Amino acid sequence: MARPTDPSAIDGKLAPPEERAQVLVIGAGPAGAAAAIEAAGRGAGVVLVDENPLDPQLMGLDTPLLFGGRMSGAVQRRGRLVEQILTANPALEAAIELGVDVRLGVTAWGLYVNGPALRALPAPMVGLADEERSWMCGFERLVLATGARDVALAFPGWDQPGVVGAGGLRALAQRYDAFAGRRLVVLGSGELGVATALMALERGLDVAAVVEVARQPQASAVAVTQLKAAGVPILTGYRPVRAEGGRDGVERLLLSDASGRETVIECDTVCLAVGMAPAIELLNAAGGRIVPDGRRGGHAPALQGWATSLPGVFVAGDAAGLARNAAEAARQGRQAAAQALGGKAEGHPPAGPDAFAYQMAWFEALTRDADPATIVCQCEAVSRADLLEVRAPRYLGEPTIPALARDIGSLKADGPLNQDQVKRLTRAGMGPCQGRRCREQIALTLAQAGGVSPADVPLALHRAPVRPLPLKVMADWSETPEMTAGWEIWFAIPGQWSAYEDIGTEREFITPFGGEA
Amino acid sequence: MSAAGASVVVVGGGVTGLSAAWWLARSGLDVLVLDKGVVGWEASGRNGGGASHYHSPLFHEEQRLWPQMDQLLGYPTEYRRERVIFALTEADLAAYRGMAAEGRRLGYSVSDLDPRQVRALVPMANEANLGGVHLHYGGHANPQRTVQAYAWALQDLGGRIAQHTPATRIVAEGGRVVAVETPRGRIGLDALVVAAGPQTGMLLKTVGVRLPLGYGRAEMIVTEPAPLMRIGGVDGNGLYGRQTLRGNLAFGGGPHEWIELDFAGPAARPSSPLARNLARRVAELLPGAANLRLIRSWAGVIENTPDGRPVLDRLEDPANLTVATMSSVGFGLSPASGHAVRDLVIDGRCSFADLDKLKLSRFASVGDDWLEARGWLPPAPAEARAAP
Repeated sequence: MARPTDPSAIDGKLAPPEERAQVLVIGAGPAGAAAAIEAAGRGAGVVLVDENPLDPQLMGLDTPLLFGGRMSGAVQRRGRLVEQILTANPALEAAIELGVDVRLGVTAWGLYVNGPALRALPAPMVGLADEERSWMCGFERLVLATGARDVALAFPGWDQPGVVGAGGLRALAQRYDAFAGRRLVVLGSGELGVATALMALERGLDVAAVVEVARQPQASAVAVTQLKAAGVPILTGYRPVRAEGGRDGVERLLLSDASGRETVIECDTVCLAVGMAPAIELLNAAGGRIVPDGRRGGHAPALQGWATSLPGVFVAGDAAGLARNAAEAARQGRQAAAQALGGKAEGHPPAGPDAFAYQMAWFEALTRDADPATIVCQCEAVSRADLLEVRAPRYLGEPTIPALARDIGSLKADGPLNQDQVKRLTRAGMGPCQGRRCREQIALTLAQAGGVSPADVPLALHRAPVRPLPLKVMADWSETPEMTAGWEIWFAIPGQWSAYEDIGTEREFITPFGGEA
Repeated sequence: MSAAGASVVVVGGGVTGLSAAWWLARSGLDVLVLDKGVVGWEASGRNGGGASHYHSPLFHEEQRLWPQMDQLLGYPTEYRRERVIFALTEADLAAYRGMAAEGRRLGYSVSDLDPRQVRALVPMANEANLGGVHLHYGGHANPQRTVQAYAWALQDLGGRIAQHTPATRIVAEGGRVVAVETPRGRIGLDALVVAAGPQTGMLLKTVGVRLPLGYGRAEMIVTEPAPLMRIGGVDGNGLYGRQTLRGNLAFGGGPHEWIELDFAGPAARPSSPLARNLARRVAELLPGAANLRLIRSWAGVIENTPDGRPVLDRLEDPANLTVATMSSVGFGLSPASGHAVRDLVIDGRCSFADLDKLKLSRFASVGDDWLEARGWLPPAPAEARAAP
């Protein structure tokens, strides 16, 4: 007997993926390229996608990295950038020769895998998009080699052009050869900060200083020696007070030492190199298990080998927990691909210094004496004071008297502080950059206010699309006939919208005017 | 928290439970709300925000109360009156005109709009629209802000909220509920309100009361801000939604998925590629918005009774137990549903509307296999569907 069906339910309406890959790899950095090559070498059909070269408009939204408006006009020349990306990464040429289907300029914006609360998918699939359209790509095995995101921390003047992230700077200077700055100050003296400074020097940029709020440089002695040998001063025990600038953004950075004495450094760029966070957006939005792990850079995938909690989904490189270098990321990519194709689980992400602790130390230094009116969420213009006061946005007018009595303390009294709840009330993190520039610092704010570790602040959930894409690109212009024919505004339960007095009369089921209003 | 209890315990810190608790506290009762997580975390805080439910016996009270809610609660709900619904097909236009007629029959003002008038009110609207209706009532509010407003207003009246405190069992003695059990201990009470959304039926079952419910997952999307329209409550084309006061376009609609659920609720509420079908319909309805960026999609889980209508009922046994599920249409009606629950708890009957047709007893004859019989079941596994 045929199973009765609900004609307005989703069953059978979602289209099968437009294309299918035996192995789909997201991200063509060292880990992704190596994973693709390993999988192809094992005889698998492989599709390798990478969002670079990025849409310059997305770069203007600091997506996916903190580019800080320091892109030169070179980011507009896509043809040249494609060539440059291929030249700069010989592994991509090798992958292409092995038959890997390499797609540049293709963004992965969603991951969809059936699970307890979603069983309607015809297949596991990833949402892809170029500048024109989006489509779904099915996979048997998926390797997420999505890299890491910049962790941004606010200080007065950070919301102007010229404040970049270590990841954004590296992408512009190295991958795109499109960095518009010349002289920079690097914030953070860990391995990331030192490597960023050395990279900048290699690219012919002027590094005025590396700044560290702690009393000692945080990187290894070898790295510190190398940096000093290159003539870059490491200013320890200093904190940024504010960046000042003009029409084109940053022109100088003011620092203060412990005694409050200020130092001014002329620069056109301030590079935040306090931390990068594993790029877990796709996995998190799909309901994959994420754990707070400061030794892996922050919130990172729960792993068994390189397998995530989602079936068929693996992760490698920085996305798994900040690889120490490209060679290690590549090794992880090979191991993840091998495991994905039935090999045994080998290897694990390295343990680094505790990112939560280091970011908290910087956060405390940057906020200790800073103006509370400093904007934290640039998209929605939410300041640190707004966060602490849990202030409703200004377009709702002045706070009411009862609202004035509400703040982060009163929220805390009702239970552990929750970033998604604070986000909904203040709008911090709800803008077009999708919280990229503020999510970690909001978590740090809540951790400090709540007297807990940032690891204990529930992760603000990521949502698809994990890149802000235009409606016309996201739209499914060729949906299934089942979707079109079976589309209802709401549950379409017979009689749900009948007038109350008609219930129980012969009119009960004749007045369906459409949907909920 | 101590096991001291409260005069009235409300299980469920969603919009219905919080409104009920607020109304009860306004009447001077000692109220405690228990929520398994954070207030308004579920469908109450992630819906379309509409407030135009002409079909409901609570409609007049909904319309009476919304314009006062900011004042009454003391916190902004972002409520805005009025709604514009316009059509891209003749069938939709006929449906909207029917809706308008119903509104007029109930004594409310509605204007019919020609295509040019639609474009005047909604500059981003499709030039090929066929016209629509302008409801001078109804409207929309911000669900997240509203839920928090109820919670805070309740606290301002002395009511208490215990978050992360799920009720796991109802304890009855001699035909009356005497307590609910939670992981933090037993909580004594004089009266109980169960407004626990999808978990309402599960909790009632612990005291031998049967409330048949199906659980659906529905999805929405939101764009980056667009220029503000004069009326933010704009929809059509199979969508429900609104422009937020910030300017974002938030829309939902389309097929739901029936899911299985337990006391804890889903560990994740994944959205699906349905976001693309929603994006298409928004772009069709409002071509002027087609270049706006989609910045989030999300899903919520909503319960439905077999007839899709609420249960607002003070039971006969146990006599101090009031059940409140709004069956997937709870947000907009919340000012009125809370009032109704207050009346049921305190007076035993609703003072402003006839709720006889919303009694639980109407489902007494619904068979145990009703979900199967309706096809309100989760989709068959993909592997099974692929078989010839």
